[in-house]
Amino acid sequence: MTTTLTINGTRHSVDLPDDLPLLWVLRDEIGLTGTKYGCGVAACGACTVHIDGEAVRSCQVALSDVWGDVTTIEGHGTPDALSALQQAWIDHQVAQCGYCQSGQIMQAAALLAQAPSPTDAEIDEAMQGNLCRCGTYPRIRAAIHSAAKAMEG
Amino acid sequence: MSRIGKIARRTFLIGSAAVVGGVAIGAWYVSRPAPNPLTPQEGEASLNAFVVIDGNGVTLVAPRAEMGQGVRTTWAALLAEELDVNWEDIKVIHGPAAAAYYNSAMMASALPGIEYRKSEFTRNLGEALGVIGKVFEMQITGGSTAMRDGYERMRATGAAAREMLKEAAAKRLDVKARDLRTEGGAVIAPDGTRLTYSELAADAAAQDPRDVALRDPSQWRYLGKSLPRVDIVEKSTGTATFGIDVRVEGMKFAALKVSPRRGAMNGFDASAARTMPGVEQIVDVGDGVAVVASNTWLAMQALEAITFDWGPAPYPATTDAIFAPIAAALGAEPTATPRDDGDASTVPDGATVVEADYSAPYLAHATMEPMNATALIDADGLTIWAGNQGPTILRDRCAEVAGLDADQVTVHTTYMGGGFGRRGEVDFGQYATRVAMALPGVPVQLTWSREEDMTHDFYRPGTMARMRGAVKNGTAVMLDAQVASPSPSQQALKRWMGFAPGGPDNVITEGLANQPYAIPNYRCRNHQADVAVPIGFWRSVGNSHNGFYMESFMDEMAHAAGADPLDFRLDLARREWAPAAGVLQAVKDMSGWTGQTPDGTGRGVAMCYAFGTPVATVIEVQDEGGAIRIAKAWMACDPGIALDPSIIEAQMFGGLVYGLSAAMSEEITFDNGIAQQENFPDYEALRIHQMPQVEVRILETLPHISGVGEPGTPGAAPALANALFDLTGKRARQLPLNKMFDFI
Repeated sequence: MTTTLTINGTRHSVDLPDDLPLLWVLRDEIGLTGTKYGCGVAACGACTVHIDGEAVRSCQVALSDVWGDVTTIEGHGTPDALSALQQAWIDHQVAQCGYCQSGQIMQAAALLAQAPSPTDAEIDEAMQGNLCRCGTYPRIRAAIHSAAKAMEG
Repeated sequence: MSRIGKIARRTFLIGSAAVVGGVAIGAWYVSRPAPNPLTPQEGEASLNAFVVIDGNGVTLVAPRAEMGQGVRTTWAALLAEELDVNWEDIKVIHGPAAAAYYNSAMMASALPGIEYRKSEFTRNLGEALGVIGKVFEMQITGGSTAMRDGYERMRATGAAAREMLKEAAAKRLDVKARDLRTEGGAVIAPDGTRLTYSELAADAAAQDPRDVALRDPSQWRYLGKSLPRVDIVEKSTGTATFGIDVRVEGMKFAALKVSPRRGAMNGFDASAARTMPGVEQIVDVGDGVAVVASNTWLAMQALEAITFDWGPAPYPATTDAIFAPIAAALGAEPTATPRDDGDASTVPDGATVVEADYSAPYLAHATMEPMNATALIDADGLTIWAGNQGPTILRDRCAEVAGLDADQVTVHTTYMGGGFGRRGEVDFGQYATRVAMALPGVPVQLTWSREEDMTHDFYRPGTMARMRGAVKNGTAVMLDAQVASPSPSQQALKRWMGFAPGGPDNVITEGLANQPYAIPNYRCRNHQADVAVPIGFWRSVGNSHNGFYMESFMDEMAHAAGADPLDFRLDLARREWAPAAGVLQAVKDMSGWTGQTPDGTGRGVAMCYAFGTPVATVIEVQDEGGAIRIAKAWMACDPGIALDPSIIEAQMFGGLVYGLSAAMSEEITFDNGIAQQENFPDYEALRIHQMPQVEVRILETLPHISGVGEPGTPGAAPALANALFDLTGKRARQLPLNKMFDFI
């Protein structure tokens, strides 16, 4: 059946099975490949997007259950219009292979929306669902602190 | 010559086919330039296989794949340093699969013998043996070789291209080339006339390249500094294209299920799957089935509706049964004895004997991006898009599957969402090729589910070690190490080249036979086991388990000798090889090591020499109400020349995390011939709340450049196990450590 979604401010109508996870709508139907498939069971966080500002694992949200506006990494900021968080990610040279970083950034963005100056403990709490096999965690922590400062100012 | 003859007659596994045939074959090949695979378009000129100059500037073909190690960034800096272009103006691409892009360092490091003991003469011979990489057209990203390979080659390429551009300018301006200078992508004449490289490129390509002296490091503008990675903006904005992100007009999506026992498929029933939403085709790939659909998830769903009749596994059905032949090999005659200093079969008079048996499990790579490849078969042949660590091998093996010649296959190498050795395999490309053959003219992207990825890895092998040592007067006087393992090299080379050279596999003993300690009676024996569980190269390879055996046992010997574990190592390293002592001293200073820790805190140290680089690691653990936190880590490495300190630091703590993840909780076990761990919930890796604070120090005392991608990994497990011993008094001799300890 036809479902209408608002993704990064643009409306899309898709004719797909109701139970198709949002992740695969974004990647294989809309062509927004910045959101990554990592595990399919909400264990790695690579597919994190926002629905109405809330960080969710898009591999676990069925198309028919999308309850609000979707923001993906492509809507969060672009190479020509970087978000403060992305600028901090670049300043701290966080990424190694880079595959998990879209999810990391979207999770961190949701954290900063709730806790503008998070402590290390709050960062650990919010970010522990996002796996990184390259081990970029020290720089993720540093980048979140930097972005928090930049966004305050 | 005698030394070349000696090496030529020796059989050692990696590259033995060429070496046994004689270095001369390699020399002949090397003296014949590999054809330039680049075909410049209108308005472009290719000065050599690595540099393309067009109206928009300079493009570097950096044919080492980017899997997080920053290779593109530093190769561009190496080129810019001599070519006199602004580093940030260089566009970097991976380029095609081609013989010209062979890895000169990969085989050089395969020379027999203890590498840190090699003279510069032998090392140069090793570089000459790098020709083997060329003979086999081995374009490989692996073995921590990207900088060893590119350090001179990229600078020489930049310098040669610069001189060709100057020659072209000299002819055009009718001046002498030596009176010209270069700066910012232009040749500048004494009168200030400025000719850009773009306008000179076509003429320059007609000049003969010549050898020129490379600049002294004191003149470097980019090298030795931390540069912003060229891939960092893409990777921070979701715009980097990984293999799984390739989108081609008309593309279909496919998922795969092959025998969970890595054996035959006797039959399958796909009648229910054929009518499921989005399903377009069911493809029998021999030992499994691929479903082609309009969406990857729909393809995965349809696979779940197929019933299969799988044949038996070609290896024992359970973990215990798989380890039985490994244990038997440990008790049998050795395959090789790669180190035999003094007499390790006799306990020196008055010495105290220490003995312990260790083991480590099979491990998956678990790259964040599951295996995938996109393939298209059309009138032009086969096109493959995939993140991969060996494009020429991938090309050749996929050509075989498709029944095509290698030159009918085009490989596009994308960013890799992690490699760690897994993407040196070719299975993902071969299966994608099989699926594409069923749909001529249709590009198909084949993606492994996480479950398929984890249960169809080429695992780090399970291994066992028997350690026997003797201590006297506070130091080690004897070490006799035995390790039993199946051979990853024989399996991998068979998959890569169709045959496996004979001779002992040195990776079985690396990290155990070649450690820079002045133990007068020091023997290491290789006991190769025959087990058919698919195995391959896992970040730091043999060092990953041997580091645990060696450095845990060094700790046991230190305690038996009544010595401080760090000072015990420092003394033995200082008497053998200064760079190893240097990294130990550095972590001693950084951590303020006193040998004493307060109640509730434990510290452990490890020093591992791998891929030419000594790395020392100190880990501090804390007891938090019965659960253990890995609180801090200090690492010191000596790669000789630190081309990009920020990238080296990232490789060090990244290597540590990969090693800690395995040490704490990772294990692949088997039942009924099937790997029991399918996804991250049952194969847990270290997460941010478990990440210690890490401090890294980079030393530069080695006289040559060495690798950084893997040497950070081997010290993780022993430093942690030694810290846990310091904290609890319990000695762990098996991994993973969560069998004995609760971690936060």
